[in-house]
Amino acid sequence: MSLWRKIRNVFQGEQLNDEIDEELQSHLDEAVEHGRDAGEARRAFGSPLRHREASRDARLATWLDSFRSDTIFGLRQLRKNKITSIGAILSLALAVGSCMAAFRLIDAVLLRPLPVANADRLYEVSRHGVFNNQSFTYDAWSYPLFQTMRAAVKDQTELIAVSNADPEDLTYKSDQEMERAQVQYVCGWMFPTFGLRSKLGRLLSENDNLQPGAHPQAVLSQGYWEHRFGEDPKIVGRTFRMGDRVYEIVGVVDGKFTGTEPGTMVDIFVPVMMHPGVSANDWSWLRTLGIVKPGTAVEPLRAKLETVSRAFEEQRMNGATAGMPKEQLDAFLNQQVLLEPAASGASELRTDTRRPLTILSVLVVLVLLIACANVANLMTAQASARARELALRVSIGGGRWRLVQLVLAQSACLALLAAGLGGLFAWWAAPFVVGMINPPDNPARLFLPADWRVLGFGMAIALAVTLLFGLLPALRASTVNPVTALKGGEDPHARRRLMHGLIGLQMAFCFLVLFVAGLFVTTFERLSHESTGFSADRVLVVDTVTKRLQPLAYWNQLLEQLRHRQGIEAVGMSDAPLLGGGNWNNFISVDSLPPNGIIAYMRRVSPGWIDTLQIPLVDGRDFLPEDSQPGSALVNQAFANAYFNGKSPVGRPFDIVFSGNFRLHFQAVGMIGNVRYQDLRQPLLPQVYIPFRITRESGEPQEVAAANLLVRTTNRNPLVASQFLRDEIPRLRPEFRVSRIRTQLEINQSHTVRERLLATLAVFFSVVALLLAGVGLYGVLHYYVLQRTREIGIRITVGAGVANIARIVTVDAFIALVAGSAAGLALGIASARFMAALFYQVKPTDPPMLILPALMLTVTSVLACIPAVIRASRVDPASMLRVE
Amino acid sequence: MPPKTDALQGSLDLLVLKILSRRSRLHGYAIMSAIQSISDEVLRVEEGSLYPALHRMEESGWIRAEWVNKENGRRARVYELTAAGKKQLGMEESRWKAVAAAVNRVLREA
Repeated sequence: MSLWRKIRNVFQGEQLNDEIDEELQSHLDEAVEHGRDAGEARRAFGSPLRHREASRDARLATWLDSFRSDTIFGLRQLRKNKITSIGAILSLALAVGSCMAAFRLIDAVLLRPLPVANADRLYEVSRHGVFNNQSFTYDAWSYPLFQTMRAAVKDQTELIAVSNADPEDLTYKSDQEMERAQVQYVCGWMFPTFGLRSKLGRLLSENDNLQPGAHPQAVLSQGYWEHRFGEDPKIVGRTFRMGDRVYEIVGVVDGKFTGTEPGTMVDIFVPVMMHPGVSANDWSWLRTLGIVKPGTAVEPLRAKLETVSRAFEEQRMNGATAGMPKEQLDAFLNQQVLLEPAASGASELRTDTRRPLTILSVLVVLVLLIACANVANLMTAQASARARELALRVSIGGGRWRLVQLVLAQSACLALLAAGLGGLFAWWAAPFVVGMINPPDNPARLFLPADWRVLGFGMAIALAVTLLFGLLPALRASTVNPVTALKGGEDPHARRRLMHGLIGLQMAFCFLVLFVAGLFVTTFERLSHESTGFSADRVLVVDTVTKRLQPLAYWNQLLEQLRHRQGIEAVGMSDAPLLGGGNWNNFISVDSLPPNGIIAYMRRVSPGWIDTLQIPLVDGRDFLPEDSQPGSALVNQAFANAYFNGKSPVGRPFDIVFSGNFRLHFQAVGMIGNVRYQDLRQPLLPQVYIPFRITRESGEPQEVAAANLLVRTTNRNPLVASQFLRDEIPRLRPEFRVSRIRTQLEINQSHTVRERLLATLAVFFSVVALLLAGVGLYGVLHYYVLQRTREIGIRITVGAGVANIARIVTVDAFIALVAGSAAGLALGIASARFMAALFYQVKPTDPPMLILPALMLTVTSVLACIPAVIRASRVDPASMLRVE
Repeated sequence: MPPKTDALQGSLDLLVLKILSRRSRLHGYAIMSAIQSISDEVLRVEEGSLYPALHRMEESGWIRAEWVNKENGRRARVYELTAAGKKQLGMEESRWKAVAAAVNRVLREA
């Protein structure tokens, strides 16, 4: 109560003064009433001003009062130097804002715990192994293996199976009204284990996990229920069709839970039992999470999981060992099981972006430091202009700490204003950056609230920044020596040394930012110009599905009919687009020998596919409609190198070896050029293309339910044809329907999204860093010339030329530039090791990578120096000496 | 020659609290006059210093202040003791007695 009144009194200072004065006056009046002489009473009373101050101090919070007056004074100082202050605030705001935006992203992707019970005890189980001298970590498991592991560790942890969240086509009405939703397959007991409750209806449970294919039930996330169904209270019991099954909605999850992958918001949860691969022991499609029970040691649990997993795989491989070279088998079985904390969930976005985000945040912090150095320099220059004022304060009894407080209060004003503006910037920038990472057809939806975490981070930054750039000038100001300062002759060298030191620091950080940016830009350039081996020009990838299995002849007829339509140049068909995911690989055996350990990658393609993608035919012929599996295959040059010593395999037989040493016999009918299969960074893989026609034992070809049609249009912009295809395909074949249309180019570009993001942001930060460093250097030189006007005037009088003056003005700055660049270079090369995995065909020691940043820094510095040099050379000795 | 206020160092609080415990709702001048008249003009309070002391004690919660209107149309600020002030008075009194007794012993025996 008393403290509160003291604080209130700070802000009602005038009223408090009046009250005290009135009381003191009433004392004097009383004295006169008691017959004393007015003059004598006043003398006896002493100085009313002193008593008023003493009373005032007793009745208000002095620290707060001095803080208040310092703040008002600080704001007044900022207003006095408008241009400088606006520059400082804007540069800081940009830097602080970038920091906050980076924090929001990192928080959303990496730090924020999932909204589930016991997230702190949530772990993810993954495997780590070495194949062909490449180390892999992957987190996909098959369901039978998952079940075995779950049963084995039931006492220590509750394991949970979840699939990737993937966009699926589904419909609530007729097939003409298909829509997409994010669907995740989850085990039934995930909901009770995570402590989730239902908003409507019920959630899934252990009972929805009994028989493969027998549980067509679905649970909606609350967000999906709200925006798709407008919170329809009668949603439970409605049905939708996905694939060839009809699902019934049984409930809605209460709260913010949207699946276990940060970056993807799941709309619909369905039981794992409905996944087509639930019974297969060689189809790894689910992630294994686990809530570890309290008091369980993690390492023994991990070891137990490893034992169980190994035993399972050994048994599974038992029949297949004949087809697998020994070292491959050992490598496979010797995989290590990892058990890692996953409180914030598990997703590809998370693993893919962890390091880029870390690097970006380092860049952001560097930019922030550059901005801080700028502001520190401005404050130092200002403090030197205020040296007389500060000296006066000291000589009339202002304490040193009071001076520090004064200067810090001014920094705090700056920092808070900048943090406010920066917060606004971050509010806009974070969703913008998320938008840039996204492949267009599968947008990452991140939960990016501006909550107390972001606010707290912003405050912490503001505080740190205040200390960083405010403390040095403040301490310096507090050591002001009143006698020399008031005489006007303060040692200017110390201050200049500090300012040049800060310039050197800025140059180092700036060099580092430019260096890293250069590496990222080059990586992006090299990767996006990497040859894919095929032409994505004017090619549409049309995902086509049918309600029921359709004879292959119908698909071929469809291709033939489309081929003759106006605006279409070529049409082909494959099971999955190149670079578009889908990985199918096996060993190859030549002449019935055991496989040589090199894996070949498969794709199913139609006749005309290689023409549509303009892949060169090196030898032999393309598929004919009658080619079938087993029988004919196309292979690529890498295949010839891997299995036929580089000689053309056309006409030669080989076997594809499946698990259990089951073999399919093929003869290569043609050899085509190498194309990228799955990833731009991978080496060119040996590939086998097999026909869609699969001859069953009865002699009938197998039917097909879904494929990717590849359509090369005549129009430069292939998307123009997409509506035509959407209408035309169901018209030609009523059972056929287009579920999605992408351009091949878009698929290719989705592989460089991360690199593009890194390059773009790094360039943005470099520009900001250069700008800040340039402004900083300009400010320091400007101050320097102002301070040395007298000396420069004298030099010009005695005949110094422009070159001489320029040298005097800039020599210190260039020493700072060279020293800073050298330090930045050393830092850059040392840190490049941590980023090596993100670079593609570029080494940090490549000369252009080193020369370019140095050149840019030098050019910026020269530009920043020119105004100061011009100003110095224009000093008029006559007028200058007259002033003095 | 009346003793200088220095002699009262530390005892001003005690005197003010004691006066207010006898007679409530006095303003500053009345408190000062009371100290002077009761002590037969021996103890003189330095007039100006009284007010910072009063305000300090008010902030400590020992006394409570209130503005009252006087008949001449002016306002006066009157003070009264609080419960905390009564406790403080007891402590100050016993401290003073202990000091006085000690000084007396020294005077007797030295």
